[in-house]
Amino acid sequence: MSEALLPPIGMLAELTHRCPLQCPYCSNPTELMKANRELDTETWLYLFRQAADLGVLQVHLSGGEPTLRRDLEQLIAGLSSHGVYTNLITAGVGIAEGRIEAFAEAGLDHVQLSFQGAHAETTERIGNHRGGHQKKLETARRVRAAGLPLTINAPIHRHNIGEVPDFIELALSLGAERLEIANVQYSGWALVNRDALMPDRDAVERQMEIVGQAQERLRGILNIDFVTPDYFAIYPKPCMGGWARDAFMVAPDGTVLPCHAAHTIRSLTFERFGDRSLAEIWTDSPAFNAFRGTDWMQEPCRGCERREIDWGGCRCQAMAIAGDPAATDPACVKSPVHARMGMLIDDALASARAEKAAGNPPEESFIYRRIAATTQLA
Amino acid sequence: MTALRERALVLLDSTPSLPRHVRIQFDPVRQAYAVLSPERVFWPDEISLDILRRCDGRTSVGAMIADLTAEYDAPEDEVAGDIMTFLQEWADRLLVRP
Repeated sequence: MSEALLPPIGMLAELTHRCPLQCPYCSNPTELMKANRELDTETWLYLFRQAADLGVLQVHLSGGEPTLRRDLEQLIAGLSSHGVYTNLITAGVGIAEGRIEAFAEAGLDHVQLSFQGAHAETTERIGNHRGGHQKKLETARRVRAAGLPLTINAPIHRHNIGEVPDFIELALSLGAERLEIANVQYSGWALVNRDALMPDRDAVERQMEIVGQAQERLRGILNIDFVTPDYFAIYPKPCMGGWARDAFMVAPDGTVLPCHAAHTIRSLTFERFGDRSLAEIWTDSPAFNAFRGTDWMQEPCRGCERREIDWGGCRCQAMAIAGDPAATDPACVKSPVHARMGMLIDDALASARAEKAAGNPPEESFIYRRIAATTQLA
Repeated sequence: MTALRERALVLLDSTPSLPRHVRIQFDPVRQAYAVLSPERVFWPDEISLDILRRCDGRTSVGAMIADLTAEYDAPEDEVAGDIMTFLQEWADRLLVRP
């Protein structure tokens, strides 16, 4: 370790893999867990206490759909009693009457609501959930009525990249403080569906222009966070702010990982909360220490002046595209296999053209996220 | 074009407050004050903390300037400039309500 180990600031808690939506870019693993493997209320509460003691200041309650946990109010109250800032990440369909108010009462600090499209037809087609858009609009209204701050999250890909201006209007009309225009990251289900989701270069450029102008125009009115598309990038993102540097995630069964895609690095073994404490896992787990700091780096990262800016980028993307989790993230122009990103874009666009020529509707090429769908992948 | 809100400008008679989604909190693990907001945690320096603590919805920017000029024994126009710039930046990120 080239620098002192600091305590973690943030934690993503995937409370469940159950979800009413079936988005083909879901960041959950392609092998989804059923409800019987989820941690119980007591164990989550115990884990949250340890997280707070360890230094965690912010917890993102996610899934799957976290509101499917009937004990969510209790979990929020537990975190809140330790002074932890709580952020609910929800799809916003089917939240029972009175629950949003109960979350607020329990101490919830912030809600992030996803929209698959800026228009009803898109939202329903991408999430494969009829009536979804209308339910989300209603959820947004209830969130604001409960006095909670709201972020709209828009995952962007080929089928909705043209709706970016409409997403901005939607966020404004719903009274949101923040909008995330988040280009899909190709891990989990998105990697399976990459050919069906990849946007073209012109659309990406137009999007960047539109977002840049809106950020300027809406300064002090709406915060727009832009998550750039890796495949079109010159430099990689500091994924998770650096591997096991200031954040981690917990899967529904209590497995503790440096990021939500880390399980795709098969050479690593991840430990479960309960077998060891969070503090032990954070400090000693070989999987956490594997890519911490800069000592593990190879060239060109090792000698690069950006090594402590992007920490080598995403380890899971290095695994997926370069076949080596210790390689430079191929999103980086300095990666020896950077050209593969461009080839993968071209492959995806060629496959999209072929589908279109055959007259196939786009959703026919989606492998929708669901438990049974994993058999199609085998 | 939906124009429901406007950019809020920080003026001398503004009485800034912290919105509900922003919270100042002492962190016993790091022995420092943290500002918690959606997705971000800030570690304000002493001066920033002195300004943010006065964002109580009652204290005017003018009063903050007078107060901190005395406390830091610094030229008033310099303190005024620093405070106004700081508050406008935080207001533009929707972390302070002027």
